[in-house]
Amino acid sequence: MTDCLNTDLLDDPLGDDRLNTDLLDNSISVENPVERFLRSDRMPHIWCPGCGIGTTVNSFARALIESKIDLGSLALVSGIGCTGRVAGYVKLDSFHTTHGRAIPFATGLKLANPKLNVVVYSGDGDLSAIGGNHLIHAARRNIDLKVICVNNLIYAMTGGQTAPTTPDHSTTSTNPYGVFEPSFNLPHLVEAAGAVYVARWTTFHVRQLARSISEAFKKKGFSFIEVISPCPTLYQRRNKMGDALDAMKFYKEKSKIRHGAPTSEVGMTMTGEIIVGKFVDRERPDYQTMMKAQYTESLGERFVEPTEMVCS
Amino acid sequence: MKADPKGVLTGIHFMDGDHACCEGALAAGSRFAAGYPITPSTEVVERFASRVPTVGGTFIQMEDELAASIALQGGVWGGAKAFTVTSGPGFSLMMEHIGYAAMTETPCVFVDVQRGGPSTGLPTLPAQADMMQAKWGSHGDYEVIALCPNSPQECFDLTIKAFNLAEEYRVPVMFMMDEVVGHMTEKVVIPPADEIEVVPRRHTHKSVEDYLPYGTNGDLVPEMAHAGDGYNFHVTGLTHDERGYPNMTPPVQDKLVRRLQNKILNAVDRISMFEEEEIEGADVIVVSYGITSRVAQRAIEVARKQGLRVGKLRLITAWPFPEKKIRDLAAKVKAFVVPELNLGQMVREVERAAAGKAKTFAVSHAGGGVHNPDDILKVIVEATR
Ligand SMILES: Cc1ncc(C[n+]2csc(CCOP(=O)(O)OP(=O)(O)O)c2C)c(N)n1
Ligand code: SF4
Ligand SMILES: [Mg+2]
Repeated sequence: MTDCLNTDLLDDPLGDDRLNTDLLDNSISVENPVERFLRSDRMPHIWCPGCGIGTTVNSFARALIESKIDLGSLALVSGIGCTGRVAGYVKLDSFHTTHGRAIPFATGLKLANPKLNVVVYSGDGDLSAIGGNHLIHAARRNIDLKVICVNNLIYAMTGGQTAPTTPDHSTTSTNPYGVFEPSFNLPHLVEAAGAVYVARWTTFHVRQLARSISEAFKKKGFSFIEVISPCPTLYQRRNKMGDALDAMKFYKEKSKIRHGAPTSEVGMTMTGEIIVGKFVDRERPDYQTMMKAQYTESLGERFVEPTEMVCS
Repeated sequence: MKADPKGVLTGIHFMDGDHACCEGALAAGSRFAAGYPITPSTEVVERFASRVPTVGGTFIQMEDELAASIALQGGVWGGAKAFTVTSGPGFSLMMEHIGYAAMTETPCVFVDVQRGGPSTGLPTLPAQADMMQAKWGSHGDYEVIALCPNSPQECFDLTIKAFNLAEEYRVPVMFMMDEVVGHMTEKVVIPPADEIEVVPRRHTHKSVEDYLPYGTNGDLVPEMAHAGDGYNFHVTGLTHDERGYPNMTPPVQDKLVRRLQNKILNAVDRISMFEEEEIEGADVIVVSYGITSRVAQRAIEVARKQGLRVGKLRLITAWPFPEKKIRDLAAKVKAFVVPELNLGQMVREVERAAAGKAKTFAVSHAGGGVHNPDDILKVIVEATR
């Protein structure tokens, strides 16, 4: 395993205290540059005013522009939740699957058509609670998937129940007297399981987020990007943390960029620091590379590579 | 379309039902399977794991059956013909994704080598107690197709049929084996590839502008596109319109769910397969399926030797249930005798379809072995009275 933590791209020349949404493309345009990635015939979307999910989609779209990725070979898979609805709004081959199962669906998709670039876009509860087993196993196998986890610290779609990510002492509808169970530190979890790329940003860091997503597209293997995102309707309100603007102020004040920080040190608390940055960027052969090597070694000429299974 | 010779192991084999099922899948063109080990089904994927790298496909052992049953659907939308294989406890875990396949019209095959239940039950011994679960196990209204092979040869032939039906109707097909059929070894003839008919995917040829992912033609089955084909389509388990977009209104729900039902129910006659014997003039008809049909055969023959007029109706397709067939027969016979390795599942369907015109007798068995033919015979004798 080689460590190649190249953080140049992610460093913000203007410092991390400015909201830079426009730096990827400085030209002024009458059209919203991300509009062509969206299904405008599905607007308005269902997300609440001030919700952070849309902000993450904006960064995602900007990453698509920046990375010049072939949209025709890009598929997006979501689970269920407010974040899960992303699949319905992007103008890509998009799959809104079942709760927790975006990763195994994406695994099948990628294995059947290795030419696809497969993104999994889902919520913290979906990916780490009901889908937690799939998360760690996909990381272990190093399936070539780019996972974007919108972590609003709550089960939002169902009304603000405790998630495995909900910080200690916060209040949720199912822990009305305060959460007392410990929460997951997701970057630590996926690094331990084998992810080759692990980063965390908040919705304040739109530009760094876009760059991280672009970087992940260049990696082959299991990449995981966590985005701390406000849910003003449930998490913020119930914990008296104000509205979306207050969330931005909070993220700005509490975030510390620490590229390469040991993931064991990036666990979150309700009001403490939010360590952001690129934590892991390493090389490991991905599942399909290992599979091919194994079969070539064992079967020699008898091995027929599964390049395309399309059954006309 | 003819089978791709790469996957067809033409020849005369001595093979068990699990292995024959695997060969059927390969002959049908399946190049992707996701599974999780469980007795008595594992041999199917073990063989697939060993065979498929030589024909250009992939097997992945997933972390559980929830994963296996959705990974296979990812495989289908990536372009493959795909299946998964399991038994009772795993089948229970797969239920949500049978519903997902029905709702998203993902053509795929779920093989269930039935063992005794409930729960862990009898891991190594047979039952036919998942028959109702195969039809009703996931929530909501939907239809599936379920086939019941009674020999290794049929495990081969009908697995091909299962894939073909899945493609033709864009529906999950349940392949309802049982431990005995899965583990019995018999002669299996695998014909040359050019004698095997394979139904291709209903892939759309429409332009991107004209393509409606869930728009249908006369036969109620939409055309499909795969990820990467350039259609930028959306698939969701939410109630959706013809564009595939979520639309959670009662009229859209009504239209969608009725279409999902009608595309199968309107085609019952075309889908249904059964084997009949001495139906004309029979007083009693024994309705059976799977391994039980072979045990019942003995009882039927003994009864005939005793001078009783006994007909045989073997259900090869259990779902959609051949309701009209039973209704028509009910007008002509005194009674139906329904032996099955459960405490009474398909017999309820027979009774419902007979609608009081003929009596219905169950010959139940809790599983763990097959019936004693004498027990079936006794009920046949009673039914003729
Ligand atoms: C099998 C299943 N269990 C429960 C639910 C209900 N459910 C829908 S979304 C959700 C939680 C989503 O939380 P998260 O993944 O964090 O997404 P968010 O809404 O916060 O973006 C739950 C429990 C479901 N749809 N399916
Ligand atoms: S409930 Fe929260 S996460 Fe869901 S759309 Fe509203 S603000 Fe966003
Ligand atoms: Mg959440």
